[in-house]
Amino acid sequence: MMITKKPALVCPAGSLRALTLAVDAGADAVYLGLKDATNARNFAGLNFDDAQVREGVRHAHARGAEVLMALNTYADARDTGPWQRAVDRAAELGADALIVGDTAVMAYARRTHPGMRLHLSVQASATTYEAIEFYRERYGISRAVLPRVLTMQQVAHVIRNTSVDIEVFGFGSLCVMVEGRCALSSYVTGQSPNTAGVCSPPAAVRWEEKRDGGVDARLGGVLIDHYAPDEPRGYPTLCKGRFDVEGERDYALEEPTSLNTLAMLPQLIDAGVKAFKIEGRQRSPSYVAEVTRVWRAAIDAATSGARYSVQPAWSAQLTRWAEGQQHTLGAYDRPWR
Amino acid sequence: MTNMTQDAAGQTRPLSITIGPLQYWWARPAMMAFYAEVAESAARRVVLGEVVCSRRNEYKFDDWVALARDLKSAGKEVVLATQALVMSEAELRTLRRIAEQDEFAVEAGDASALHVLWQAQQARPQRPGFTIGPHINVYSREALQEHAALGASCWVPPLELALDAIGRINPEAERVAGPAGPMQTEVFAFGRMPLAFSARCFTARHHRLNKDECEFRCQQDADGLLLKTSEGDAFLVLNGIQTQSAALHCVIGEGAALRAAGATGVRLSPCSRGFARVIALFDAVLNAGMPAAEALAELRALDLPGALVDGFAHRQPGMAPLAA
Repeated sequence: MMITKKPALVCPAGSLRALTLAVDAGADAVYLGLKDATNARNFAGLNFDDAQVREGVRHAHARGAEVLMALNTYADARDTGPWQRAVDRAAELGADALIVGDTAVMAYARRTHPGMRLHLSVQASATTYEAIEFYRERYGISRAVLPRVLTMQQVAHVIRNTSVDIEVFGFGSLCVMVEGRCALSSYVTGQSPNTAGVCSPPAAVRWEEKRDGGVDARLGGVLIDHYAPDEPRGYPTLCKGRFDVEGERDYALEEPTSLNTLAMLPQLIDAGVKAFKIEGRQRSPSYVAEVTRVWRAAIDAATSGARYSVQPAWSAQLTRWAEGQQHTLGAYDRPWR
Repeated sequence: MTNMTQDAAGQTRPLSITIGPLQYWWARPAMMAFYAEVAESAARRVVLGEVVCSRRNEYKFDDWVALARDLKSAGKEVVLATQALVMSEAELRTLRRIAEQDEFAVEAGDASALHVLWQAQQARPQRPGFTIGPHINVYSREALQEHAALGASCWVPPLELALDAIGRINPEAERVAGPAGPMQTEVFAFGRMPLAFSARCFTARHHRLNKDECEFRCQQDADGLLLKTSEGDAFLVLNGIQTQSAALHCVIGEGAALRAAGATGVRLSPCSRGFARVIALFDAVLNAGMPAAEALAELRALDLPGALVDGFAHRQPGMAPLAA
């Protein structure tokens, strides 16, 4: 077997602690966001101030890892200043690339910091090579993160038809909707990933104890799910609730599951995937450390030239962190096709 | 373009009415009857094409073009729209056929279409400007300028964008302009709202069918398949790979706010019942002085597929009900 150039392992950093652990566990790059609405994990207690970015960059660069700054929400019509300042800050603080979805932000970065590398965020919803080539020709993007809706064959087809490096999601919570084009959260709460960097925000969540000992989970007043006393409870992300369609109560859109592509790692690498992204800036530093360790081992194994198989220990470790305790390959392999 | 200028009083600038693309799969007789009504209506512009799912194969490109010619000869300005979520090479081929033809203007459904349209505009600078569809992410004036530069001349803002933001982005006094001229703003004003897209077909999933053997079940749902909360409240609608609101967005009473936001037109999204009356009422209220309250009372009596909401117009959750 040909020994392929190793794809990059790109890991989430919601805090300096997570960043440090990810780098030490073997991440090739970490991605982070600032403490404001310019990134799609705009949660209280999460993200970085300038001093923390500087410290994170120092730690990562000292160990040969890159720092990518997620600037992946859409600049607000009332004031695009914070998005422009975030681009400036990324450049000043030494970030290696920006992860961007908004053409306004890309144009500003191109104009003001022409040397800054741009990665197309999954929030830009580029699902074809035509779309990716558009962003390359207009804004010089050098990498694109594909939405989690394409099949293995479609991913390979995109890669064959663009010179832009392709990054795909390897592990984490599964968005069943195309990223960057989902207004379900703003329909119910007024806030969406595009506008506020949040989906189903905690401030809109209400838990109600019921007489039967169970609990109702509401979002913006809408009943998303009811859990019986003995049922495990999940966060009421809107698309993962149980609803009624023609008299059947079920997960009508998506069951709470996690994406895990370890089983197709060799095929994805053969297809030419240049980077694997681990989802979860909102998760704990221990999640980041363990998932990074497993993925480091898997990528090393898949590119070693030796026969690859998913190690039971890897699966066992990832299962501990999987939402809903079950894994799927997402759309890459569509049993429902 | 038609006369969009403000009159001396500054009050009665007409708001042109556009019929948005049909989001559902209706059988040919129902669809033809629908567009025959549209041809007779006050609508000035009609957007045609399959924008949701390429498996809906009853109408091919040539069928849409034939319908477009009929509507054009009935005096309508016709726009051909590309699909919102494009994933396969076959879908790209369809997109290119639509985006590269010069007979009708085009509405871009995604960034793939932007690329093809931009290239066509460079090759043939005299082409009419294209429309930026509502699922392309333009949230600021700078972003609209980026899209105007590609040759766009009309913008349909994202559904979640509030009227005050739309007004900041493309105000009448200072229109964004590109090679195709000053930008028109067409605001989504009526209908169930497409809120999300997925690779997965939720209609097929509900019927426990695979997407590739879906038996075209979405044909049975003229206005989509209703999803209710466990308390029985109408919440969302499954429409193949698209998820819509169960409620209908309706800003019929916002004529002044729409004009203040720089809107040049409003978009009405088709539903299976009462739509001809919906068009007439919007035209009567927005352009002929009919009191909105009167029209609303009639809309509520029309047996429309859902309740009326308008939260997105006012920076509220989109499901916030219409006041009064």
